Amino acid sequence: MHCVWCDQVIIQEMSWSNIFFLQKPKNLCDKCENKLEILSGNRCKRCSRASEADECNDCLWWAKQFNGQDPLEASYSIFTYNSLMHDLVAKWKYRGDYHLANAFQQIFKETFVKHFTNLHKGAVTIPIPLSAERFSDRKFNQAKVLADFLPLKQINIMNRIDSEKQSKKTRKERLSTKNPFSITEKVNKPVILVDDIYTTGTTLRHAASVLKENGCPHIYAYTLIRG
Amino acid sequence: MFDQHLLQLNDSHLHIKFADIDELSYLFSGKLLLRSEIHLVEEHFQELVTSGCFTPIPSIKKKFFQPQCQRCGNAERSLFAAIPCQTCNKPHIYCRKCIEMGRVIECEPLYCWNGPMAKWQRHESPCSWDGQLTVDQQRAADRISQAIIKNEKEILVWAVCGAGKTEMLFPGITKALQLGKRICLATPRADVVRELLPRFQQAFSKISIQALYGGSEDRDATAQFIIATTHQLLRFQHAFDVMIIDEIDAFPYHADPSLPFAANRSIISTGTKIYLTATPRQKHRMKIASKKLPHIFVPLRFHGYPLPVPVFKMCPALRKDLEKNLPPMAFIRWLKKREHPDRQLLIFVPTIALAEKMKAKLIVLLLKDGFLKDDFDLVSVHASDQDREEKVNHFRQKKMSMLITTTILERGVTFPSVDVAVLDAGNRVFDEAALVQIAGRAGRSPKDPTGEVLFFHDGKTEAMVQAVKSIKAMNKRGGVG
Repeated sequence: MHCVWCDQVIIQEMSWSNIFFLQKPKNLCDKCENKLEILSGNRCKRCSRASEADECNDCLWWAKQFNGQDPLEASYSIFTYNSLMHDLVAKWKYRGDYHLANAFQQIFKETFVKHFTNLHKGAVTIPIPLSAERFSDRKFNQAKVLADFLPLKQINIMNRIDSEKQSKKTRKERLSTKNPFSITEKVNKPVILVDDIYTTGTTLRHAASVLKENGCPHIYAYTLIRG
Repeated sequence: MFDQHLLQLNDSHLHIKFADIDELSYLFSGKLLLRSEIHLVEEHFQELVTSGCFTPIPSIKKKFFQPQCQRCGNAERSLFAAIPCQTCNKPHIYCRKCIEMGRVIECEPLYCWNGPMAKWQRHESPCSWDGQLTVDQQRAADRISQAIIKNEKEILVWAVCGAGKTEMLFPGITKALQLGKRICLATPRADVVRELLPRFQQAFSKISIQALYGGSEDRDATAQFIIATTHQLLRFQHAFDVMIIDEIDAFPYHADPSLPFAANRSIISTGTKIYLTATPRQKHRMKIASKKLPHIFVPLRFHGYPLPVPVFKMCPALRKDLEKNLPPMAFIRWLKKREHPDRQLLIFVPTIALAEKMKAKLIVLLLKDGFLKDDFDLVSVHASDQDREEKVNHFRQKKMSMLITTTILERGVTFPSVDVAVLDAGNRVFDEAALVQIAGRAGRSPKDPTGEVLFFHDGKTEAMVQAVKSIKAMNKRGGVG
């Protein structure tokens, strides 16, 4: 196996445990893996941001916007958006290096199983869609790739119409954008929205409010990165 | 860096509408491009494809079931992957190696220009440089000109560090421009491109020269004379009559097979390749020895003094000191009784981490003894340093007296009067070529043509011994050793 980021050959160290129990092959070498930073310590229980308080100021602000009825109940993320992650995401999404997603396959699944334990049985995942234009450039949807890693039924009922990239806007512009999402079908099961990164939370809340308005009972989000 | 790229990609919305065919020939002849790099409106583009001006060629070919990227030549299995393509409903492979320059995917062809070729101008007297070449430089310059006039296939110019390679090129380039040839000067490092551009613009003030590197301002590459990083050559095919490759032994050119692949593709079949180096690798030395590669050797520095020969300093406790991010004791002792304490000091260390950590320790240590003026008299610089250009410029202007660096400053930079110390010279990052180049940083100026070079080590390596041997051999060939 070669590391998907630095292309060095990965040689696993021999130990008693991997002589007796075969381990899953790794896609990221130890050196690169150590440069990624997993969110730890106290965090906001709604959006996973590092925070001493139970709910961070951002989430309180959001709650106020929706008069206490924030459509997004909780969001969980794994990594911080540090410099290596920034480079990785840039190459993965904007350059279109589809293969890089494999770096996260294992951890994305394992963390999900650990953190969404008492989930309703009928829960489904919905990956945040790309606009048709962007999709034809990139040829894949990174959120769908991530959702495919999860052991849960996935439904693709959401559409997106917008032109500008979120990452090119300022925070203020992002917060004031129109809702670009629409759905083709109603869902009456709990939903987990899957996306690559939670930055301001606008995208996820746009998607969540469309679902909520159409009678979805519970909406959670699961993202790879908390920006 | 990525953001810069994105910005430039998005500028591509400024599509050219219907330009006339001559203009297009300058834009596209000699290029090998993806559709997304051809900034024409779809309608116009399709017209040019049907009229045969653009020829689509498969972007990934399979050779014995092994895919090969037609842009970068990559055939490494681990550097290909497949995307389940929704438009064609089957997986398509794409090249991961050159993806930074736009994704090459199986179902999208590359385009080369097949329309009328660009006609390059003949310039009567293009050179505005009025300097004088030394006898040795003149000999090499004449040989280069001759190779260009006679369309020789390739020639290697082996000139010691500080021989004045750039100036030796001027007569040859002048000849080529008089003959209406298109020229490319390629080098593995973007720093060197930025340094060379103003020098050539000064020497050829009437000629339009463009510099290409990741994030450069010039993007369309329409000039007759182009200075580029070797990576940029991936976008060219049969474009240049004269290809000069500077520092052919430097990283990444010698380590990455894509770069020679691209360099060879980007010259026309009757073109001339000129390699410049101070420290040819084994491969080229063998070819020279077996007379398969014509070469010219310039053994003397332009000021006529020999290359400084490195001195070894054994430090048995080097490992222990480096673990504590301290320089070895022998280094401090030497520093305290340097013969020319007025010279600046260039300190090479093997790793980025060490460069940063040792800086802090050294400042404390040397401030106490009064070897530094203040905290800013010693700085460190490395490849991922944002302010690297600025720091190097400040050092050149003598705004500080010491600089700790990794191997990034081993070549292509000139400081007039420095002493050089290499800490842990036995480390594997310092190979023979690197050590010879590092030693070549000292004694560059005619005013101060000597300089001390010290290798601090805890055990001689083959590279160190060979480096000294080859420096002595070069001095001997120059008749000054």
